[in-house]
Amino acid sequence: MAVAIVLLIIVIVSVLLSFFSPWQFTEIASNWGHIDNTVILTFWICGIVFALIGVFMVYTTWKFRYRKEARADYEPENPRLEWWLTVVTTIGVVAMLAPGLIVWNDFVNAPDDAQEVEVLSRQWQWAFRFPGEDGKFGTVHVDNITLDNPFGMNKSDPNGDDDVLITDNTVHLAVDQPYKIWLRSNDVLHDFWVPEFRAKMDSVPGMVTYFWFTPTRIQEKPYEVLCAELCGQNHFQMRGWVKVDTREDFDGWLAGQQTWAQMQAGVVPKSYSPLARRGREFAESTGCLVCHSLDGKAMIGPTWLDLWGTERTLADGSTVMVDEAYVVESIRDPNSQVVEGFAPAMLAYDESTVSDADIEALVALLKEEVSADESGATAPEAPAEAPTP
Amino acid sequence: MAQAEIPYQEAIPLHDPHTWITKYWFSQDHKVIAVQYGITAIAVGLVALVLSWIMRTQIGFPGLFDWIDPELYYQSVTMHGMIMVIYLLTAFLLGSFGNYLVPLMLGARDMVFPFVNMISYHVYLASVIILMLGYVPGMEGPTGAGWTLYPPQAILTGTPGADWGILTMLASLAVFIVAFTMGGLNYITTILQARTRGMTMMRMPLSIWGIGMATVLGLLAFPALFVSAIMMTLDNVLGTSFFMPAINSLEIGEDYAGGSPLLFQHLFWFFGHPEVYIVALPAFGVVSDLISVHARKNIFGYRLMVWAIVAIGGLSFIVWAHHMYVAGMHPYFGFFFATTTLIIAVPTAIKVYNWTLTLWRANIRFTVPMLFAIAFVITFVVGGLTGLFLGNVIVDVPLSDTYFVVAHFHMVMGVAPILVIFGGIYHWYPKITGRMLNDTIGLWHFWITFIGTYAIYFPMHFLAIPRRYYQYDIGESTILTPSMEILNVSITLTAYVVGIAQFLFIYNLIVSYRKGREAGDNPWEANSLEWCTPQTPPVHGNWGERLPTVHRWAYDYSVPGQERDFIPQDVPREAQA
Repeated sequence: MAVAIVLLIIVIVSVLLSFFSPWQFTEIASNWGHIDNTVILTFWICGIVFALIGVFMVYTTWKFRYRKEARADYEPENPRLEWWLTVVTTIGVVAMLAPGLIVWNDFVNAPDDAQEVEVLSRQWQWAFRFPGEDGKFGTVHVDNITLDNPFGMNKSDPNGDDDVLITDNTVHLAVDQPYKIWLRSNDVLHDFWVPEFRAKMDSVPGMVTYFWFTPTRIQEKPYEVLCAELCGQNHFQMRGWVKVDTREDFDGWLAGQQTWAQMQAGVVPKSYSPLARRGREFAESTGCLVCHSLDGKAMIGPTWLDLWGTERTLADGSTVMVDEAYVVESIRDPNSQVVEGFAPAMLAYDESTVSDADIEALVALLKEEVSADESGATAPEAPAEAPTP
Repeated sequence: MAQAEIPYQEAIPLHDPHTWITKYWFSQDHKVIAVQYGITAIAVGLVALVLSWIMRTQIGFPGLFDWIDPELYYQSVTMHGMIMVIYLLTAFLLGSFGNYLVPLMLGARDMVFPFVNMISYHVYLASVIILMLGYVPGMEGPTGAGWTLYPPQAILTGTPGADWGILTMLASLAVFIVAFTMGGLNYITTILQARTRGMTMMRMPLSIWGIGMATVLGLLAFPALFVSAIMMTLDNVLGTSFFMPAINSLEIGEDYAGGSPLLFQHLFWFFGHPEVYIVALPAFGVVSDLISVHARKNIFGYRLMVWAIVAIGGLSFIVWAHHMYVAGMHPYFGFFFATTTLIIAVPTAIKVYNWTLTLWRANIRFTVPMLFAIAFVITFVVGGLTGLFLGNVIVDVPLSDTYFVVAHFHMVMGVAPILVIFGGIYHWYPKITGRMLNDTIGLWHFWITFIGTYAIYFPMHFLAIPRRYYQYDIGESTILTPSMEILNVSITLTAYVVGIAQFLFIYNLIVSYRKGREAGDNPWEANSLEWCTPQTPPVHGNWGERLPTVHRWAYDYSVPGQERDFIPQDVPREAQA
């Protein structure tokens, strides 16, 4: 008896929850309404099957509970019933599969007027590349990657000169424009997913993958980009933003972005003292700059610009002065004093990876990473007394 | 196969063990080995349980405990998954149920290769110890690459455990596969060669069909994992490039070139999907027997059930890439793998229909094993149906890598088979120990586990947020709505309760061993041969001088015109009525 009642409650609650769930998909903002339709179709077919089997079990467990004087039926097989059930099930499966495959066919064939955009993923940031006026992407290779060339652009390929490179996790797209997204990864698997667009695809190092969609809805707040494929310890922090604009706003935004040629021309090597230079080289080669920027931008960790000698508020509300002792602790035991607004995400480094001498060099670097002057201009400027290498 | 006049095991002399060591530690008795597998699997399962508490604490109450950092979180996710799939589910269903039931249900004295069987357990034990080495101080923690261990991530420094953790994991898997192969060859050979007189293939209980087919799958699928483990170890240790393309990780160029991360995924899932059925088929078989015995009715459509097991087993080898719809493989694969995947739904659905149809006009005894069997069916229905979402390639696109997937596979291959394991333990414990498990504790354990897991995993399907996230609320993010936060807290609290209930079960196992009610030879009035042994618990050699003779299938329940509502398999035809 208890079994039948509990099963009945489970069936009723499951059905009610399915219709009145407070947890819904985000509001769709792309052309992929048909994906939602296939989900809804599958939901109905499966929901009906669930309810039928559930109710049948409620009935049998109530009706045929044990009675001492009762005897079960003896019916080893019933070929007609078995055939009938097989056929009905097959029809249900085809009813879900056929529309699904039709939509998949749309999904894998991007329309001819789709504009191409490249999404470059790396631990744990998003970057974007538009092909520029010539409509052609320049060639790339991971061997070319440096801090100033995160895409690994091939400097001798003229097709790349007008490529527009966006490295700050935020991209703009024009509304109602189909986009074919080429996905590339510098390091591990990632997956570019904006829930509102429904579509997603992994990026795989060593190859290029793609998918396509048309953004259809402009909203004030940009759409959040999530990495949907486990990509290491800071996977959950790998977020980005897509702002969908009107065509005019989008064109204006794109015109304001740097091309690869401009970026190369604008690179002015910064001068450091010898010790700070060593610190900079060490930070590049060890991977510090993956999470800590030198330009004031907060990434996974706090920026190093204007950090030295300031007072920081920690997650627990206390404050700490950024001095040598704090820097040492932040490397040896990074999660003991985490600055407010950041997750305790950094790996601890011991003597074998970051020696005391390395820390000294990093401290020298921090001391020199200050904004160029009071007016706030950020163009790097060589100090007059900078030693020549 | 023609039945020999004298089953050949009848003629082989038995060497009884004399010392404690050969009787209980290096034992060649399949029943002792089954218990060894069972105890080890349960112990390692408790580790996985605690790991799931760590994860759920972080998701339910992010930031409450400083010591749950991303490193620990991802390590817990990884170890929980791998332990549950391989070291608990596979080891228990095949190592424990397989070992115990195959000889007894077939009327054999023991496995065909008892010595190999003994080695199999000890190699399995070694694999468990190697797996846990990651937790030894100085090893810098187990791997946090996720149980799928996808390269390049798994062997790069941005992932926890990239130095020793991944190596111990890969070594442990390779060793486990050695253990499985020794056990598996035994099950297959025993099923094919050591059935007693009269035990034709189509008279075997469905438990044996499930275990046998799962073993075939394992023997064919595990080599793919073995190969991947070796290749990834080489990539890691020697710097080869099987799975590693040219990459630049964390601003550092690596000396790899030409490898393919997708190759690993294909190999992994060529193993990984049959693995789902390696777990599911024994559960299907066992639950069929539990339902039939306790419903006092023959299993409905026995022959179709057998062919469904065979069909599912065969199809399970051509559906693997449905785990990779958004992995970047050639998009046309989607058409093929979606079609094969949905085809497999048909034989699976038939099994569900036949379980429920067995209840029709039955005379159901709601014993604890039967309760677990019924709970399995409803849980499996939910998990199976949500599989139709994920198997249909385009429907998978928005759902993949979200909590819908987590909910689906926990229901279908986590909770469902575990409910069967519990049901099976309650069912066969009286045969193994001679004593019944305590019913009151059993009922508490059942209701908390069944309702609790349903309350955890059913609503989880609605959480359209990415899985494997240590934290959702970051910066401007709005993906986690307040109602989702409430759900996450509720799931976490329920997980605590369900976890604690498992300790009731373990308490029951221990206490009933000494204090349980005497079971007698056949407390459930069941038909299959294991209930016909001359002694309970069965002694070494199981049957005494002469092996039993089988005269009928295992499902003669409530045969019309009979006084009793069951006829054991060894009762001759002429003796009935």
